Amino acid sequence: MTTTISTLAKVNNGVNVTALLGAREALGQAPEAAQFKWRASCEWVTGTHSRSVIGNFFGLGAEQPRDKNFRVEADHPKVFASEDNAPTPVEIVLSGLASCLTAGVAAVAQRRGIQLHSVKATVEGDMDIQGILGMDDDVRNGFDGIRVHFDIRADASEDDIKALVAQSQKRSAVFDIITNPTNVFVTVN
Amino acid sequence: MKFSTTIIIGAGQSGLAMSRHLTDRSIDHVLIERGEVANSWQTERWDSLRLLTPNWQSRLPGYAYDGDDPDGFMNVTEVVGYLKRYAGASGAPVQARTKVTRVRQVDGGYEVATDQGPWRCRTLVLASGACNVATVPAVAAGLPPEIASLTPMQYRRPEQLPDGGVMVVGASATGVQLAREIRASGRSVILAAGEHVRVPRVYRGRDIKWWMDAIGAMDLRYDAVDDIDRARRLPSLQLIGTPGRETIDLNSLRKAGVEIVGRLAGMHDGKAQFSASLPNHSALADLKMNRLLASIDAWILASGQEDRFPGPHRFEPTEIDPQIRLGMDLNDGSVRTVIWATGYRPDYSWLDVPVLDRKGRIRHDGGVTAAPGMYVMGLPFMRRRKSSFIDGAGEDAADLAAHLNLGLRRSAA
Repeated sequence: MTTTISTLAKVNNGVNVTALLGAREALGQAPEAAQFKWRASCEWVTGTHSRSVIGNFFGLGAEQPRDKNFRVEADHPKVFASEDNAPTPVEIVLSGLASCLTAGVAAVAQRRGIQLHSVKATVEGDMDIQGILGMDDDVRNGFDGIRVHFDIRADASEDDIKALVAQSQKRSAVFDIITNPTNVFVTVN
Repeated sequence: MKFSTTIIIGAGQSGLAMSRHLTDRSIDHVLIERGEVANSWQTERWDSLRLLTPNWQSRLPGYAYDGDDPDGFMNVTEVVGYLKRYAGASGAPVQARTKVTRVRQVDGGYEVATDQGPWRCRTLVLASGACNVATVPAVAAGLPPEIASLTPMQYRRPEQLPDGGVMVVGASATGVQLAREIRASGRSVILAAGEHVRVPRVYRGRDIKWWMDAIGAMDLRYDAVDDIDRARRLPSLQLIGTPGRETIDLNSLRKAGVEIVGRLAGMHDGKAQFSASLPNHSALADLKMNRLLASIDAWILASGQEDRFPGPHRFEPTEIDPQIRLGMDLNDGSVRTVIWATGYRPDYSWLDVPVLDRKGRIRHDGGVTAAPGMYVMGLPFMRRRKSSFIDGAGEDAADLAAHLNLGLRRSAA
């Protein structure tokens, strides 16, 4: 036990693992507090340009206010005859996947007492746009496949680094969202 | 009403090991068994099943395998015979064909209602097993009604299934074994694999179970594990006990013609959806296997026994088809049967004592429940990694019998 604590104390990836473990403990006692609701609202600007605002979320049994609202814009590039004011929504999805996995790598590394020096994820998704253009019903709209490559420098063996990345995928919300089906209900007033 | 100081519910390996220790301590007791000794083994397992542990490892208090094939794997008939002989040799007081219908707390102990009349006891040991009910996931509700749906407890042999393809859901010991034998019977088989634990049958000349015992992995205590809840939820090892000591894993199944897909994640309008997480689940399993092999290598090195065993090596990583499918239409007739090899759980429907958590699992500290004088046995990683194995029953029974005895003496004083 002593050795574990001293190893963890030396490692600083900027992740408060003690707080995360404490939260898990507390939620074990009160599982209803683990029910979260994440939200975004999106407003059309013009053309394919839109602006989302991300503010409060619900969790730990209450509305959780934030210090500020975040804005995320999306558009399409000029080859789609758009203005390219912002990344495409599918690029934001890729960025969300990379961010989620990267955060996971840091958290798992901290938990395992591994000091990180640099973590870089590059993501590429293949898409046949005959799907979104409605040209071929056999082609899906979304990605045919997504590849994520991690470049990680850390004080750990190659297998330990691979295990960080694997564990991060195992606990990643966005990885789960992309790899498993989700019911989506869209309504209109 | 009959009385016994201790009542043990269940006469499998756990109950019999406990009985032996109580006898040694002269604590009067009775084993209440719904069928005969080793009932679950006899009535709730498929025909071809063999133990995953070698014969020599079926050690019980005061009893050991003495046949001529110590490295072989007992089939179900042999396990039943083995446990019956043990019951006879220890003179275990088994009250057979007696089904417990309700257990409740009463002043100074427990009342155990059975279909053969009620019993009272001061202390109670639940040794009714960890695998009474097959767990079926919620997605099963979406299965088209014309497709046969079986749990491993209903499955006996491939010939029993309707003609046509079979989807086996779950790739732990049960799922991989059933996929293997159903495929060998000539049917097309799809195996949906989520999180799984891969190990070779033999490494560096010895059975993997020999290694796990030798390096002390099976003796690891529950209170020495960082996250015991997770350790207890770990799926069973992908293993099969065959005379040829073959390794079974996703690679061997793939070579045998089984189609491997990801975890069954959804079922809508008769269409099955498979998770795209199989590459990661396989990578996790490969890494975990290699950590186990590295710990075996380290143990050999540290104990100065390099000359005694063949050299270290690693196995091929799990091969994943890059065009792995993410869904299939179950209405097209290619799959006629689905087998849910998605785990087991104990049945406590008769237990009217508030010791269960919100998910219906029994709360315990190494087998000691919060209800005075009530113990549980045989659950995964209950006191040690080997708690749910025949080989683990003895040490758990010794510990819990000592605790139980202390409680009786305290209340008598």
